[in-house]
Amino acid sequence: MLKVKTPRNHRVRRELEKRAPKLVENGKKTLILHGTKTSAVLNEVLKEIYHLKKGKAVKFSRKNENIKPFENGGETSLEFFSMKTDCSIFVYGSHSKKRPDNLVIGRTYDHHIYDLVEVGVENFKPMESFKYDKKLAPLVGSKPMIAFIGEGFENVEELKHFKEVLLDLLRGEVVENLNLVGLDRVYVCTAISSNRVFLSHCGLRLKKSGTKVPRMELVEVGPSMDLVVRRHRLPNESLKKAAMKTVRDQPKKKVKNVSDDAVEGKIGKIYIPDQKVGEMAVIDKSKGVKRERREAKLKKGDQGHASKKQKEDST
Amino acid sequence: MENEAQFTVDLGNLMCFNPHHHFPSKPSSREELVKECLEKGTELVQIIANNLFNLPSTESVDGPLIKLPPPTTRLPREKPLPKPKAPTKWEEFAKARGIKNRKKDKLVLDDQSGTWKRRYGYDRANDEENIPIIEAKMTDEPGFDPFAKRLSDKKNRVEKQEKNRMQNLKQAAKLGNLPSHVQLAATALPITGTQAAPKKASKHDLGKVAGIAVTATASGGKFDKKLQGEKPAQQPKKFRKFLPVAEGTGIGSQERSQTERILNSLISKNSHEILNVDKAISMYNVKKEKRKNQKGKSSSTSSKLKPKTKPQKKFSKKGSSKTEKAK
Repeated sequence: MLKVKTPRNHRVRRELEKRAPKLVENGKKTLILHGTKTSAVLNEVLKEIYHLKKGKAVKFSRKNENIKPFENGGETSLEFFSMKTDCSIFVYGSHSKKRPDNLVIGRTYDHHIYDLVEVGVENFKPMESFKYDKKLAPLVGSKPMIAFIGEGFENVEELKHFKEVLLDLLRGEVVENLNLVGLDRVYVCTAISSNRVFLSHCGLRLKKSGTKVPRMELVEVGPSMDLVVRRHRLPNESLKKAAMKTVRDQPKKKVKNVSDDAVEGKIGKIYIPDQKVGEMAVIDKSKGVKRERREAKLKKGDQGHASKKQKEDST
Repeated sequence: MENEAQFTVDLGNLMCFNPHHHFPSKPSSREELVKECLEKGTELVQIIANNLFNLPSTESVDGPLIKLPPPTTRLPREKPLPKPKAPTKWEEFAKARGIKNRKKDKLVLDDQSGTWKRRYGYDRANDEENIPIIEAKMTDEPGFDPFAKRLSDKKNRVEKQEKNRMQNLKQAAKLGNLPSHVQLAATALPITGTQAAPKKASKHDLGKVAGIAVTATASGGKFDKKLQGEKPAQQPKKFRKFLPVAEGTGIGSQERSQTERILNSLISKNSHEILNVDKAISMYNVKKEKRKNQKGKSSSTSSKLKPKTKPQKKFSKKGSSKTEKAK
């Protein structure tokens, strides 16, 4: 006996449709969590990453003992969380003697682990330690510019993979239209050596230049850290092929009752049925308002008012 | 900026990549390093900005809007591509027959009242079932309630529709095409004979099966290395039951009942007084059939076949016909 379970209300239905696989996907959400032991530095790092990605990130505060990336059985919990929160990138922090200040950045495909990169955090400087003009602070949720520097990103395989993961993590939503006023942050990632990447988050200052293009100036704003690549796991070939599959653009579905006007912009049509004002139910049920009572009063009033007037006159 | 051509710019992602910068192997002090990184970063950001500001922009209330090109770096998707909706049985039939769906109006003119009523639903137009009087046909029995029949017909139609819908969904689920808001869940136990819902094996069952499997080794599973947490097999061994040594004088009651049981079974096998009537009848019938079939045949074969009569009783019809054909 199979039973069909459909959502009881539209809110749930909309949520399920948001999470369904689509041709053009929503931006990836990030899941931030930590293992049994974390250091102070790591806590700060996780907190700052969460703030950088506010709105599109979920941060778990409890410790998770049974998550062990890079081990066979230790990833099921991660996949479960990814399914429940609908997050396809995760950042897992842990601290041990062998791997101090460890961050594992991973991606999932269809809620199964796709690939992992393990990095160690060194020379971390939090956002508060930078002094700068408050006006330059980037707004939450603005689309960042990303700069990758260094031949390591091209030559070393680990760094190549790490570059891809960083791009996925930092880029935010894919948008079609961008407001140039909203450009205010840059992530600078430099491959200092064959396994070390310097990541810095900077705000932008636009200076007047002779041409249409303003002159850019970087001001260090946010966290800056050295990331040392430790281990990594590449996706296996078949999974990679499946994940990279794209379909040629299909013609956009026509939305009904919406039209575009050159002068006025987007116009929508709303259809409202006729309101029959005379037949509408009047909710005010107070005694004095009922029509019969009012009419009766009026009739009485015509006869009674005259007598009242007389009384006043007499006094 | 002679190196500009060598930079990879991905405008859709607002990314720029300089693959040619070589850092000195002995990095200078930290500040120097940071400064150099920022300088290089500024270069790249300037390039991105140049490209961005040169794109055609439209003016809007908040500022100049530009239309970004799609990103060029290919990144993996987070979920598989959506599969096209599986056609239902009706859709397949309609496609095969070339039946097209015609657009219908929401309101229809009701002949009886002369107003515009909805096409389906409560208080619909031209409703055949809304009549207060149904004339009885000649073929109806007295006491037949056509209104009740209407209700039961409708109930049957609704059930059939539900069944068809369930079949369509099951077919879609088999192909992996369930619509995103629908889930199929197994609720009640299946009727025997139909496809049983896969039942999760309980811990107890798994333990039992594991124990049985373990005994397949040469030593019967006694000396196998046990996994952590595995409990020793609890197969009930057949122990010989020994009667108590001393239970009163002479033969005790238990020993008496034991010997009685053995003697009874021995005697009953060979005694002809205890008669199993059914068994006797069936034996007689089979013997009669045998004699009928052997009328024209030699007696030597019949003697060979005699010991086989007993097991033949247990065989189904197929078995006996086989031996008949062999003759």
